[in-house]
Amino acid sequence: MERDPNVVVLGEDVGIDGGVFRATEGLVQEFGENRVIDTPLSESGIVGVAIGLALYGLKPVAEIQFEGFLYPALDQIISHAGRIRNRSRGRFHVPLVIRFPYGGGIRAPEHHSDSPEALLVHTPGIKVVVPSTPHDAKGLLTSAIRDPDPVLFMEPKRIYRAIVEDVPEDNYTVPLGEARVVREGSDVTLVSWGAMVRYSNEAAENVGDRISVEVIDLRTLSPMDTAAITKSVEKTGRAVVVHEAPRTAGLGAEVTAIINETAFLNLEAPVERVTGFDVPFPQHKLENYYLPNTERIVKAIEKVANF
Amino acid sequence: MSELCKEGDSHLGWIGTTRDERSMPIRVTEESKVSMLEILDEEGNCDDALRPKLTDNQIKELYELMVLTRTFDNLALKLQREGRIGTYPSSRGQEATQVASAYALDANDWIFPAFRECGAYITKGWPMDMQYQYWAGDERGSKVPDNNHIFAISIPVGTQVPHAVGFAWAAKLRGDKIAVLAYFGDGATSEGDVHEGMNFAGVFKVPVVLLCQNNQWAISVPRSRQTAAKTLAQRAFSYGFEGIQVDGNDVFAVYKATKNAVEKARSGNGPTLIECVTYRMADHTTSDDAQRYRTNQELEEWAKRDPIERLRKYMKKNNLWSSEYENKVQTEASEKVRVAVEKFESVKPQEAEDVFAWTYAELPPNLRKQYEELAHSLRGRD
Repeated sequence: MERDPNVVVLGEDVGIDGGVFRATEGLVQEFGENRVIDTPLSESGIVGVAIGLALYGLKPVAEIQFEGFLYPALDQIISHAGRIRNRSRGRFHVPLVIRFPYGGGIRAPEHHSDSPEALLVHTPGIKVVVPSTPHDAKGLLTSAIRDPDPVLFMEPKRIYRAIVEDVPEDNYTVPLGEARVVREGSDVTLVSWGAMVRYSNEAAENVGDRISVEVIDLRTLSPMDTAAITKSVEKTGRAVVVHEAPRTAGLGAEVTAIINETAFLNLEAPVERVTGFDVPFPQHKLENYYLPNTERIVKAIEKVANF
Repeated sequence: MSELCKEGDSHLGWIGTTRDERSMPIRVTEESKVSMLEILDEEGNCDDALRPKLTDNQIKELYELMVLTRTFDNLALKLQREGRIGTYPSSRGQEATQVASAYALDANDWIFPAFRECGAYITKGWPMDMQYQYWAGDERGSKVPDNNHIFAISIPVGTQVPHAVGFAWAAKLRGDKIAVLAYFGDGATSEGDVHEGMNFAGVFKVPVVLLCQNNQWAISVPRSRQTAAKTLAQRAFSYGFEGIQVDGNDVFAVYKATKNAVEKARSGNGPTLIECVTYRMADHTTSDDAQRYRTNQELEEWAKRDPIERLRKYMKKNNLWSSEYENKVQTEASEKVRVAVEKFESVKPQEAEDVFAWTYAELPPNLRKQYEELAHSLRGRD
């Protein structure tokens, strides 16, 4: 925001309150109410007017308070944010970032724990980004704001306060569309993103004395770094995909299809999926049954390793 | 509440009651009235006190633009029947609303269309050949030239209103003195996005003009089914700004109301909702048959209020019209649309690459791969 006066932040409670997760804390004091704007409680309105702000040349960073309240804005995202460049053959474009916390594990009420990434990745014309560390959160958000196209920036709320890491004070970016190898290995590839990266790592650690696991954090879900997946599976011949979202037509299916298309002859075992279930995300008394955990991931690693 | 509402009272039983001296006083906190602006009647008689400041040449120009709009529109229907363009929504009957509202804007002001406003597009300068090209299914038609301040067509009903509001808001934040006009219909007023957009417009006092073309029908659903409210204009009051009804077939009234609203917007006094009461004389689109749901009698009633004939009657009374002039106007309009058709039908077809090229600023690897697959499959065809 210091670097580019066109960047404005808008959303519910992003001003004096600093956002319900305090992600925008201090910004209104530093940049004023014309750049850090508390809006009416109006998700489709927030995204719709943010599209208008972006069309004029501003770079709005809109916050939707929880992923469960993103759904009223899906029409604006699907019908317009992702299509305006195409519809106008490049005369207009929408340099918009929509940030929102997503995922379970914080004992929240209903509608506060979903993982809707597949809905978004299935939408042409937008990019979908999920950081899993503080370092990447800063670098990816900077890239997202500088990107000329709409970026849906999904923040895994379970790790807002769970990971402490020093982040460089200077300007840096993490490019969109590039996965990160979190941990190198030679027997099994674990593909994951968001809060699940941490549990994937733990699982890799747990089996480390007998199975060498390579953990990949996709970081950008659209466009996906398919080359990174292929490269790893060519080496390991075995793969597990881990995500919180429901299984059917989730991104695990897409990752599996990519492996089939690009590394089938390297495969030593069918690809395993460790995911949420095809049910509404349960209230928090049951959420630990729903969420993938280290034990389930370990079992899947063992299954593909011993196939 | 317990002190005010004695047992057995209805839950609002204390309103108007005098038996309890401790009752809250009842007072009017907000009172709003809707006015209807009419300047030119069906016989072409004009209320000169209200008539906007327009020169004779400007009045002629408005007439010529309305004739051109109808000529463009008639030809579009013909082109659709001949399979030369796709589905098309006619503007017949709404020419005064569209032409006069766009005519009231400055070159720097913007319009955010819905999809049934060819009169506004023609007035604001979107080349007619490109409009035909768009309706013929070629996106290049909606790449409106940079000097025409028209945003792309928005088909999902009402969704363009928040864009117009955001765009106008950005102009305000930057200190640019422009106005933005959003078009939408009576059906759109039932959509959540129109509400959300108007609410933002009010809260942030945005320089936007919300122009509702109330053409009485949302495909087959009449205006009375959209809201039980007496007018659509009164919606404005709940957002804290002014709403006005205008005879939408009266070119002077539409011009005057829009001119006032854009000047108000540019001078920092916030939004206005203008409900233009008009009528969709044609089917919803070329895929619709309006005879299924409305009567000929209704059509005949509205035909008497035709906006073009009405202005012609005025011009006759005021010596601005002759049959030679009429011939000239009609001939020129026919020639302009003929040239437009010739031009759009002679453009080079798009390539397979154009399916992919405009989704992102840069083609991502997955789209590059998909394009290569398509290109490969096409090579077999040659």
